[in-house]
Order: sequence, then structure tokens, then C-alpha cells
Amino acid sequence: MQPRAEIAHWLFAGGFLFVGLVLLAEAIVGPAVFRRRAWRACLWPSLALMAGAWLWLIAIFSTFSTLHLVAHSIWAQAATAAGAVQLAVVRGRLHSQYWSLVTAGALLISGASFLVHEQNGWLFARSAFLHHLIGWTLVVASAIPIGEALRPRRAVWAYGFAATWVLLAVMLFADRDVASIFGHLSELAGGRP
Amino acid sequence: MQTGQEAILAVNELVTSRAQPADQPRTARKTLRVVAVEALGPLTILGGIVWAFAQPYRITFFYPDGKGFWDWAVQPPLLVVIVGLLFSLLVAPGLVEDLERSGSERGDAASS
Repeated sequence: MQPRAEIAHWLFAGGFLFVGLVLLAEAIVGPAVFRRRAWRACLWPSLALMAGAWLWLIAIFSTFSTLHLVAHSIWAQAATAAGAVQLAVVRGRLHSQYWSLVTAGALLISGASFLVHEQNGWLFARSAFLHHLIGWTLVVASAIPIGEALRPRRAVWAYGFAATWVLLAVMLFADRDVASIFGHLSELAGGRP
Repeated sequence: MQTGQEAILAVNELVTSRAQPADQPRTARKTLRVVAVEALGPLTILGGIVWAFAQPYRITFFYPDGKGFWDWAVQPPLLVVIVGLLFSLLVAPGLVEDLERSGSERGDAASS
């Protein structure tokens, strides 16, 4: 009894929304206050690691196409790597500000993966539109950790990163397996001829 | 031409005591931060409720015919409400407490 793809996407949307709220709270109070409790400091990296583990599960079970298998595996690898590095940073094992480039790389690879594995145009169906939109959002958002690496401790990066996750959550919540986008739905995607 | 006494008065007029204590703007900002952190959860919950009213067909309870386990388990607007609740109950209270404690510690450090 496997869930439909849209159900899995909504579950991830819920997780992303929670991550977005946590990061937004961190941006509001600042890292010094936010990291006063160890569990809170580890929350975002742990959630990224957990998302990586879940994505590996999806990669295992979602085998209806090679492209999806590869894409989900890449997202899983990217989330796991970003989560592990950030966990080491908040625990004080890694110190360089340039470690946030790993997060940038993860976002960039994830975005590229979204764009490459969507073979249809923007208005093919809602899911195709969202693949393009999420892909470009991730590609653009990868500039935020790069900014954090080059000009650290600026509030704009923290707010931008948090807003990215809230936006991704909204996009994933909007996903349906078969639905139109701005009145367009291809016959090949299940639309009426 | 100013006498010595007038010059001292002029300097004193320029370097007067503040109308507001120096820590007042910081306190106001801190209060805003507390309000912002406390508002995140309820606003998210409100967003979920508004979504449920706007698209009731995404709530399985309202349209139960032919729905399976996953439709009952995962209902997007309710997920948003749950996320808001989780944040309000698990994350926000400790953050507000730490924020207020850091504010009072700063106040203690400034007064000592």
C-alpha cells in the first residue's frame, strides 16, 4: 500500500514548512540565542539528514523510471551531505565559513536534478510546472549559502534561506499527480482531448 | 564672546542625559522579536485553516467517499495546522524563554 507521489510530496512539504519555520525563528532571534540549547542547534541539520534518509527510501521504492530513481538518489545524497556537514558545524567540529558551500552545492545539484529530470514543458501539467519552478528556485537559492560563505553573519542570508524552505513547502503542497496549470493540461498527462 | 561658565553650560547642553534609557530601543526590538517568534506558529495554523475553508475538497473528512488510508492520514491543510502546532508547542516557548533571558543578562551586564 504505497502512497501516491503527491502524498509523499505533501509529507515532504510539511517537513519543509517546519524547517522553514525553525530557520525563520533562528533568523529572528539570531544564532547566539538559537544555539543556546544543543537540540535546537542540531534541529535543522538533523532534519536534513532525516530528509536524506527518507529520500533514499523513496529512491528504493519509487522505481517507475530510471530518471526518477537517479533524481531521488541525487536529492538524497545532497540532503545527507548538507545535513552531515551542518551537523559538524553546529557541534564545533568544523569551523570554516566556507563549509556552507556544501549546502550551496546541494541546492544547486538538487535544482539541476529537478530541471534535468523533467522532460516536459512548463505547461504540460501542474507537476511539470512545479518541477521547473522548484528547480529554478533551488538554483537561485544556492546563491544564499554562497553569500553566507563570502559575507557571513548577515541577516539577509538567514531570512532568504528560511523563506526558500517555506516557498518550497508551498510549491510541494500545490502538487497533484494529475492537475492543470493555468488551464493547461496535456492529453498525454491525462487531460481531455 | 563666552565666559568660562557659559562654555561649560553649552557643553552640558550638548551632552545632556538621554530622554530615554540607552537600553530602551533594544528592549523594544527584543519585544518585537518575541512577538514575531510567538506569532509564527499561530499564523501557520491560521494559514492551514484558511486553506481548509478555501479548498474544502482537500480535507478527506468533508469528502470521505472512495478515500484510502493515505488520504485520511495526509490531508495538506491539516498538515499545515499540525506543523504550526508543533512549532508553537515545541520550539517557540523555549526560544522566547532564551530570548528574554538573554535580554535580562544584557541588562544585568549593562547595569553592573
